Amino acid sequence: MRSRGFLPALPALILLFVFFLFPVVRMLGFSLEGGTFDWYAKALGEQLYLRVFWNTFEIALLVTFFCLLLGYPLGFLMATTTPFWATVGFIFVLLPLWTSVLVRTYAWMVLLGRNGVFNRMLIEGGVITDPIPLLHNFTGVLIGMVHVLLPYMVLPIYGAVRKVDPAIPAAAAGLGASSFAIFRRIYLPLTLNGIFAGSVLVFVLSLGFFITPALLGGGRVMMIAVLIEQQVREALNWPFAAALSAVLLVFTFAVYALAQRFTRTETEAAR
Amino acid sequence: MSAGGGSADLLIEGVGKRYGDVVALDHVSLQVAQGELLTILGPSGSGKTTLLKVVAGFETPAGGTVKVGGVEITSLPPAKRDIGMVFQNYALFPHLSVAANVAFPLEMRNVAKSEIATRVAEALAMVELKGYEARLPRQLSGGQQQRVALARAIVFNPRLLLLDEPFGALDRKLRETMQLEVRRLQRRLGLTTIFITHDQEEALVLSDRIAVMNKGTIQQIATTTEIYERPANDFVADFVGESNILHGTMSAPGIVMLDGGRTLQVRGDKAVGAKVGVLMRPERFAPSGANVFGGEVIESVYLGTSFKLRLACDGGLELLVRQPARGTLPAAGTRVTVGIEPESIHVF
Amino acid sequence: MSRRLLVISCGLIYFFLMLPLLVVFPISLSSAPYMQFPPPGLSWQWYERYLDDPQWIDATWRSLYIGGATAIFALMLGVPLAFALVRGRFFGRVLIDRLALAPVIVPTIILSVAVYGLFAKLKLIGTWYGLTIAHTVLALPFVVLVIVAGLRDFDRSLEQAAEGLGANRRRTLMRVTLPLLRPSLVSAGLLAFISSFDEVVVALFLAGANMTLPKKMFDNILMEIDPTIAAVSVMQILLVSIVLVLIGRFGRGLKDSAR
Repeated sequence: MRSRGFLPALPALILLFVFFLFPVVRMLGFSLEGGTFDWYAKALGEQLYLRVFWNTFEIALLVTFFCLLLGYPLGFLMATTTPFWATVGFIFVLLPLWTSVLVRTYAWMVLLGRNGVFNRMLIEGGVITDPIPLLHNFTGVLIGMVHVLLPYMVLPIYGAVRKVDPAIPAAAAGLGASSFAIFRRIYLPLTLNGIFAGSVLVFVLSLGFFITPALLGGGRVMMIAVLIEQQVREALNWPFAAALSAVLLVFTFAVYALAQRFTRTETEAAR
Repeated sequence: MSAGGGSADLLIEGVGKRYGDVVALDHVSLQVAQGELLTILGPSGSGKTTLLKVVAGFETPAGGTVKVGGVEITSLPPAKRDIGMVFQNYALFPHLSVAANVAFPLEMRNVAKSEIATRVAEALAMVELKGYEARLPRQLSGGQQQRVALARAIVFNPRLLLLDEPFGALDRKLRETMQLEVRRLQRRLGLTTIFITHDQEEALVLSDRIAVMNKGTIQQIATTTEIYERPANDFVADFVGESNILHGTMSAPGIVMLDGGRTLQVRGDKAVGAKVGVLMRPERFAPSGANVFGGEVIESVYLGTSFKLRLACDGGLELLVRQPARGTLPAAGTRVTVGIEPESIHVF
Repeated sequence: MSRRLLVISCGLIYFFLMLPLLVVFPISLSSAPYMQFPPPGLSWQWYERYLDDPQWIDATWRSLYIGGATAIFALMLGVPLAFALVRGRFFGRVLIDRLALAPVIVPTIILSVAVYGLFAKLKLIGTWYGLTIAHTVLALPFVVLVIVAGLRDFDRSLEQAAEGLGANRRRTLMRVTLPLLRPSLVSAGLLAFISSFDEVVVALFLAGANMTLPKKMFDNILMEIDPTIAAVSVMQILLVSIVLVLIGRFGRGLKDSAR
């Protein structure tokens, strides 16, 4: 096949090669310092670091679960309501999405802190006497991350529900299906692609998340990204940071590759 | 005007094009005379659109030549060809006003501003769209959009006008009006025109000549009456109009022995022994004639001006017959007799 | 009725989504000398403190022009790339497509650390152009996604019509293709701007002593919960709202880009 139309891609490709591909490969190379796999053995062998990987994995799974739980109703409602309310719904999803993660994280600190809004309200309402710890722990990180990542779940689900021809659930209702049956037998199977896409996106983004765990975790909830940052900035241990990065990268790509495989067979089956 | 004696304004010779294994055009040749409207008629996938793209310059043929007014343009870019084209979906520029759309080809030719204004006004007057200059395409009805597309295609006095199924999106009534208007405009400007359609009725209404295409080849090029009355083969006979197509052998001069065994009196000069096709148009049947068919009505439809009957004739023959709507519609099961004269039968 | 249940639960989820945005408004207007909720009274003191502090103002300007420069570079590189990806036919196109989107897939922390390592060598830490380059890499996928979607929906018969009417390739591009693509270009540029203006992780590593707004906010949040942050947050929310309105008015529909 003749090649044409390649030239316009060249400047962007140069940028990506010099300032993306090259630095990443160069850094990953540090992990093999001295020609051994010692740093990988440390990352994947020592209890302390395995714990961090496990933590990260667990948080990512929980975040994905909660995002799906909260995201499906939102995406569903937005896709099936009137255009006016859909637009309102979009504003309420996109405004948080494009508001700085820092602003949102700061707000959660205000809300969840020892003297924060929630604890004040609960104490003044006589529900509790001592503030409950919501910040600088697992719960705080989870709430913050679900909030940040929820829009990434809502948008693909919205797209998937929109693709369902409204005549199909209407036909099912006409044939005697209850609302629950319509959801379970019609919407759920037809929107599986969107659920899958949103979940993969949220899961992968959770794996590499940095800001929220760094601020809301208060040093007590360690995730891989936070560990990598510490190794570079505090311990100045580049080879170890590189090994951790390599492991994180492999995880990330593995999830994506798996997801691609699934969606491909599904879209092929649909044709 | 080019000199007479068959010198063509548009000359296509041996043009071929394939996409992978699919042959889109197989050595297509045709000529269009100055001021003539030639329709290319064919089902989708017949290659008619590809042929149009080759003429417009959006596709480069694998072989063959395209000449306009004796000058070869086969490998000229579209911008240099001076061909006006009306697209299937009109392809009006949605961000430009009606006037700016029509002015576009003139600007591209660096025509002076003042002249552009007068020529745009003229073109819009010609398509009866005076007063719509400032509108955007989406503020117009389908028929008006079509007129803008037409004005834009003729405003720069193109060498050739190409129409790619332009009436497909219009409702029946509007379509008929537009067909007549396009035809009038084309005659008035004396534009050499190629018109593409899959609608045989439209082709019969509009054209000087019709080229019927199928599977990348031209099946027949002839005048409209020729195409309808004397199709060259099964495909043309079947594609254009309603038809009864039978096959048989010339058993004697003026006699065809059909494959089913019965004989027909026909006209024509096919040699005895030749395998032939026989076409009988449904509306050519009369209550009696030189060839008589008796049969049972298996389906009858009332069409306002005529009855359409499907007859199961003796000897396993099935015929489609149209009769003027007089009296009562024969019910299914009724026995009727119809006849047809030899000169109403076309042998090919 | 199950529809009502759905609407009520969605109301609660929307409340959860909007709560953090809403809570910063009263705090930013608090008259208390420290973080207190609900505020005992109203005052503009935190906004005044922000405007009077040259560090905050410096950081804001820096973020604005780095964001602007990022948007320009990302468009200049991303638009031709999108054209090549949609319309080009060349070896390795799929691979390049993946590469162009990789910066959003690769965790930002890895990109940050990697570029930090390289820029430390090249002495680019703390320069505005160093940060702009890194932000351009991050913004490129947004531009490519939006423009590719725009080009996929583009009716090519319009370009053929222009060429048939006598426009050469350059004039077709300038008079037909780009004007029709303008909504996508506006969206892509604004998204690139916001992605840079909001970006923290890369800035943490590359900004050095020259603070960007998010880095300054990060440091302040880490050290103390000072209501000045709330005032900055309110302004950030307002800016993003304006940009979203701009995208809604002049850009490609937000709902379209979700598909």
